[in-house]
Amino acid sequence: MCSAFPTPLYSHVGRGDFRDVYEPAQDSFLLIDALEKDAERLPCVCLEVGSGSGVVSAFLASVVGPSAVYICTDVNPAAAGCTATTASCNSVSLQPVLTDLVRVHTHTHTHTGKSDADLLVFRQRVSSMQSRGIEASWAGGERGREVTDRFLPAAAQLLSQRGLFYLVTIAENHPEEIVELLGQRGLEGELCSSTRAGNERLSVLRFSRRQT
Amino acid sequence: MKLLTHNMLTSHVKGVTKGYPLLIKATEVKVNDVDFNPQFVCRMIPKLEWSALVEAADLLGHRQDLPSELVPDYEKNEDFLKKVHRALLEVEVIEGCLQCPESGREFPISRGIPNMLLNEDEV
Repeated sequence: MCSAFPTPLYSHVGRGDFRDVYEPAQDSFLLIDALEKDAERLPCVCLEVGSGSGVVSAFLASVVGPSAVYICTDVNPAAAGCTATTASCNSVSLQPVLTDLVRVHTHTHTHTGKSDADLLVFRQRVSSMQSRGIEASWAGGERGREVTDRFLPAAAQLLSQRGLFYLVTIAENHPEEIVELLGQRGLEGELCSSTRAGNERLSVLRFSRRQT
Repeated sequence: MKLLTHNMLTSHVKGVTKGYPLLIKATEVKVNDVDFNPQFVCRMIPKLEWSALVEAADLLGHRQDLPSELVPDYEKNEDFLKKVHRALLEVEVIEGCLQCPESGREFPISRGIPNMLLNEDEV
């Protein structure tokens, strides 16, 4: 597939200060392709949880442009710094925040009951693609889903009425179960795209709020 | 850290019920030129906690004369939107900290990045 938008620059990732930051791999690129297709929906608030290098948000920012804010959270200080560097390398504006994934709640739903992320991106780090240094944060637990399962309730709350939530999974994460879990929380999920990476089947799931 | 980001952050220290808005204690603030995008500002305003933005801008000396209450029909008021644009997107806290209004816990801001991570005993 030929993309109209180039992949962001990321030669600083995985070396120097950013040697412990996960380098973009096939999961990032699969996500980038999926996001490009939906960019015309013009999100206003974009939130990437576990932004790592920041490449996915930098791509999104180059496609959607300055009509949105891009909040990028990560639990790893090097990743937050790397996201800032990726933003400046690619002349886009990203807002890195160091925080644990389940504490990304913005004030809006807790204080006024409004939900607010128009575009929410979350990547499950899977066993064969772990970065050095932050394995502990992503060591999956049963079915490699411990971290994702902690995040899902927050995702269901954070998504705006017309928002989209993207999640990358491998077959071992039982994506069909994730669709069911979020279904119970009012989100409808579908398989957006998938590819094979080594021995793994990578899939991008896309969720939207069930319209009542 | 832009004030737009600040507007979305909450303290989640264990036991805290209202960790918002965070008090900004800045030691270095920069004002960067950002292209004015009235559509974006208009779309953001309904998502903001207005009083938190005005207080934060005031604290940093960049309130201009933004009103305490959001004015109606702001969509066509370019002068107003430009002021909101400046407060939201151009003012950046580079160094300092954010303080939880309830527990007093301070979250450092370093190189423009707020660190909201908690220790295990605070979760």
